[in-house]
Amino acid sequence: MTDRELKLKSVEYRQKILRYIYHAKAGHTGGSLSCIDILNVLYNQVMNVSPENFDDPGRDRYVQSKGHSVEALYVVLADLGFFPEEDLLTLCRYQSPYIGHPTKKVRGMEQNTGGLGHGLAICSGNALAAKKDKLPLRVFTVLGDGEMAEGSNWEAMMLAAHYKLDNLCAILDYNKQQITGANADVIGLEPIRQKVEAFGWVVREVDGNDVCALADTLQCLPFEAGKPSFVIAHTVKGKGVSFMEGVLKWHHGVPSPEQYEQAMKELEEARQKLLEEVVEA
Amino acid sequence: MEMVQTKDIPNLIVFSETLQALAEIDRDILVVTSDSRGSGKLVPFGEKFPDQIVEVGIAEQNLVGMAAGLASMGKKAFAVSPACFLTARSLEQIKNDVAYSDNPVKLIGISAGVSYGALGTTHHSLHDFAVLRAIHNLTIVAPCDNFETAESIRQAAEMDSPVYIRFGKKGMPTLNRTIDPTFRIGQGRTIREGEDLTFIGTGEAVLPCEEAAEMLAEKHGIRCRVISLHTIKPLDESLILAAAANGQPVITAEEHSVHGGLGEAVAALLFQNGCRNKFKIVGLPDEYTVNGSQIEIFDHYGISGKGLMGTALQLLGSGSGK
Repeated sequence: MTDRELKLKSVEYRQKILRYIYHAKAGHTGGSLSCIDILNVLYNQVMNVSPENFDDPGRDRYVQSKGHSVEALYVVLADLGFFPEEDLLTLCRYQSPYIGHPTKKVRGMEQNTGGLGHGLAICSGNALAAKKDKLPLRVFTVLGDGEMAEGSNWEAMMLAAHYKLDNLCAILDYNKQQITGANADVIGLEPIRQKVEAFGWVVREVDGNDVCALADTLQCLPFEAGKPSFVIAHTVKGKGVSFMEGVLKWHHGVPSPEQYEQAMKELEEARQKLLEEVVEA
Repeated sequence: MEMVQTKDIPNLIVFSETLQALAEIDRDILVVTSDSRGSGKLVPFGEKFPDQIVEVGIAEQNLVGMAAGLASMGKKAFAVSPACFLTARSLEQIKNDVAYSDNPVKLIGISAGVSYGALGTTHHSLHDFAVLRAIHNLTIVAPCDNFETAESIRQAAEMDSPVYIRFGKKGMPTLNRTIDPTFRIGQGRTIREGEDLTFIGTGEAVLPCEEAAEMLAEKHGIRCRVISLHTIKPLDESLILAAAANGQPVITAEEHSVHGGLGEAVAALLFQNGCRNKFKIVGLPDEYTVNGSQIEIFDHYGISGKGLMGTALQLLGSGSGK
């Protein structure tokens, strides 16, 4: 996929995230908008996962540790053809499988997540099993910055380095905010790079809302043989919608009709601009 | 019935030996330990199968989360840790990563109940049945003797859904197998027939039930049925209801709090099915547990042959006609 196609996907995914959250009147808007570029690049550029190979033991694995940003994952999986996109009109509805966190009831989901600090340990198990079976697959997870306060993440980090799991890559969606406020005010996680490096991982930092930069970074895995890879993806919560960017209330805010119209208008303008660039090129 | 304790083998040893036999023929068997290979008598396992043991260090959350990740890749992962830590420190991993995500991990709670005796409450697991019973998609097993331990481990290895098995480390005699020589997870075993009263025990509390039944027969001519209800969940409802059908007293015995364990599970079943038998739950009362060895704690709270005999006589004495 070309850079422009990736960029276009990101804008369209943002439109869809807002569409289904608006329809459901529920969802984790800010975090889904901050991590969508990461998921876009992972599923469209990096990972060997598709509806066709989803039952193949050799497929790459993705476990979303920050499960609450499930809307981002839903729209990507729908786009890949795991399920019809219109299913998302049932998001959070009575008896719908499309709940507010990932579950295996939805095709394409590897694990049920939602409690924080769980993804990395599960991924470590996946990666270790793959090593034992000599499967060349890779395992990915996206972590939230708030959830780095969970001790279980650091248990898993010790283990992944100890077992030299260089088939494991964790990506931190570092939008610098959590439900109560700025990470730095709630419980500081800096210096996160040095902490992760001290745990034996190789760290790269990248603009996590720049699909080209993300693609470049994630093409280089593992960053070092024999060590797990950690990407600090600097992102903006609510990215792509002017009045949501960096504004805390959009953590799980649902737009009003007027706000929804405004947000969709902004995104459509961004989409048109990209389309024109494609034509010009 | 005389028990020759010196020759008795701990369920813990049987667990380790059974697992070694399984690992020999099945390379997908993996043991995951949290600095617990010594406590789990798994040092020989590690020596024989170094590629089939994974050490995570003292990190029980990681133990269970990791095991879930291994199981989701097709590994038969046995996560082995003292029951006290396994079912408290990593409860959320059991709930989410194992049960909810349906990763068929075999959770092995060693030195369960009050096996650690005088090490105290931090090391006791008197809550595990209660918390785990309330979690969907988890089988709970407490084998009473070497036979049930070996069989439960063998069957767990082949299960495609999550299971928790807990046992102690004291030498255990093998109980009567003539009435029911088989073992199936989910099906209780009758180890003594009788019609005057039914003891329903689980885990290492079955032995004192059997001792009480023996004494009641010898000294009082009272014939008791003894059931080893090794599977706490799913409950063998038909066996329990059949045992209670004649209206005679029922006594449950467990190495667990009287709250939320086997006793309350049986009570709920009986009451909701119209059974109004005299009934007593014997277990650890809701208090700071007395200090002592496992056997001293058992004696203190009446989880002993003598104690259970006394409880049985009380129930039978008041209006039963005995």
